[in-house]
Amino acid sequence: MKQVADTDTRVKVAADGRSLDPAGVTWILNPYDEFAVEQALLVRDAAGGEVVALSLGGAGVPATLRNVLAMGADRAIHLKVDSFADPLAVATAIAAETRGLNADLIWFGKQAVDDDAAQVGPMVAEMLKLPCATVVAKFELKDRVATVEREIEGGREVIEVTLPAVLTADKGLNTPRFASLKGIMAAKKKTIEEKPAALGSPGLEVVSLALPAARGAGRVVGQGAAAVPELIRVLRQEAGVI
Amino acid sequence: MSVLVFIEQRDGAIRSVSREALGEATRLAAHVGGPVVGVCAASADPGLASLGESGAERVLLATHANFARADSAGYTAAVCAAVAQVGPRILLFPASALGKDLAPRVAARLGVGLASDCTALAVENGRLIATRPVYAGKAIQRVAFTGTPAAVTLRPKVFAPVSKPGASAAVESLAFDYDASANRARVTDVVASSGGKLDLTESEVIVSGGRGLKGPENFALVEQLAAALGATVGASRAVVDAGWRPHSDQVGQTGKTVSPKLYVAVGISGAVQHLAGMSSSRCIVAINKDPEAPIFKVADYGIVGDLFEVVPALTEAVKHLNSQN
Repeated sequence: MKQVADTDTRVKVAADGRSLDPAGVTWILNPYDEFAVEQALLVRDAAGGEVVALSLGGAGVPATLRNVLAMGADRAIHLKVDSFADPLAVATAIAAETRGLNADLIWFGKQAVDDDAAQVGPMVAEMLKLPCATVVAKFELKDRVATVEREIEGGREVIEVTLPAVLTADKGLNTPRFASLKGIMAAKKKTIEEKPAALGSPGLEVVSLALPAARGAGRVVGQGAAAVPELIRVLRQEAGVI
Repeated sequence: MSVLVFIEQRDGAIRSVSREALGEATRLAAHVGGPVVGVCAASADPGLASLGESGAERVLLATHANFARADSAGYTAAVCAAVAQVGPRILLFPASALGKDLAPRVAARLGVGLASDCTALAVENGRLIATRPVYAGKAIQRVAFTGTPAAVTLRPKVFAPVSKPGASAAVESLAFDYDASANRARVTDVVASSGGKLDLTESEVIVSGGRGLKGPENFALVEQLAAALGATVGASRAVVDAGWRPHSDQVGQTGKTVSPKLYVAVGISGAVQHLAGMSSSRCIVAINKDPEAPIFKVADYGIVGDLFEVVPALTEAVKHLNSQN
């Protein structure tokens, strides 16, 4: 899972011209990772076992991991980094760490809502030579075979995946639970193991981060239904879109 | 040097995103050198020779009985075999559901960087620079690549195809090593969505509704306008979270990022996370009763008014227009 800037964040570019200015940013668990955590907890509650929360990132990560422990994860691992790492480098570190866990299911969010890369999950699957299904919106487990559904253009794919496997979670998979007061108290006693991330060589370097060009100021063509003829006119004659 | 393009097909039909990628490959080949080569995984040739008209000089075809349905494990093997044979400098995929699933596996197997969901590519001082929206479009990141090939997925509907009438691509059979019996993730069924609805990311025209509609039953107004415009229906996060519409309809940071020709926002105030997902649309129209709504700051054209009056009037006007054409 990944700690990300809240989706309400108005992005400002840092002085280096390549990264997000962290000043004033509220940090949250990546929204898609909430679905991943919830599904892992549901599987454990039904089938037993252990849920390990794993996150790679900087000094703020333990606060996010503590929330996941409060939701019900059994223990957590924080792979520490102090600078930008691209998806290939991150996937290498996560693959190295998860290899030793012998997990039956490795859940990711379908993408992190900061860099929107959607790469680390399937990259880890490839590195571990595990079967993989991405963008999973429905999940059923019977014996050691998961039947999952994912949205594709114009429909859904049904995929049968034999465990151990890597899955990435889409919105709609489940309804993530809130941490209970009891869970928050219990989380204080759970361990967060910290270790440096064994990052791989990066495949990308960031050249720049900038704000998008502002859209030209639009105009209100009128009030109420009376403005419809004018709207039709500008859409045909100015914009040429109808 | 060459540019290799993954050609996506489904049910024996080449998908339009493949032609968009070939168009960009053709433009890049002018800078980095050609040829433009395609690689397609399919159970049978979907008519690849026709891709000559879209800029491909030749297309490598990897056939397997299992490729009648998407098979990312097998496709990974096929694309990596094509990379080994062709030695491309740039490797392009569409940022489609399949491309987003496949490209990271290929990049990981090759040990190269992948730039996802790019909206522009350029060669600067001999280096490929990929431009990609991040934070769902609230910022634009430019990245360079440390190795070869530079792997990229291209956002659908952004890159223009090229047209070379009469040209034909040479189709060659590709040898690749894939043990399908060892594949432990199999597509067992593909369920088409009801009414053959086009995916938002592939739609030229989108009409989205928000909380201003007051209730799920009033989405009929949005659907009627969409039908008149030949548009796909979208929705804001608020109405998806309220259960009025499925998540597949959601436009915005935790939904889909779209770039249609025309985007009509009905009763959507324009939260930051919604604007992030649609502000790269070519033309934005907002209909909202609140003149201060943030949606008017990104809209090209707006009507301030009661959507329950404006939208039916607009639907009738579009229908009238259609009847004249």
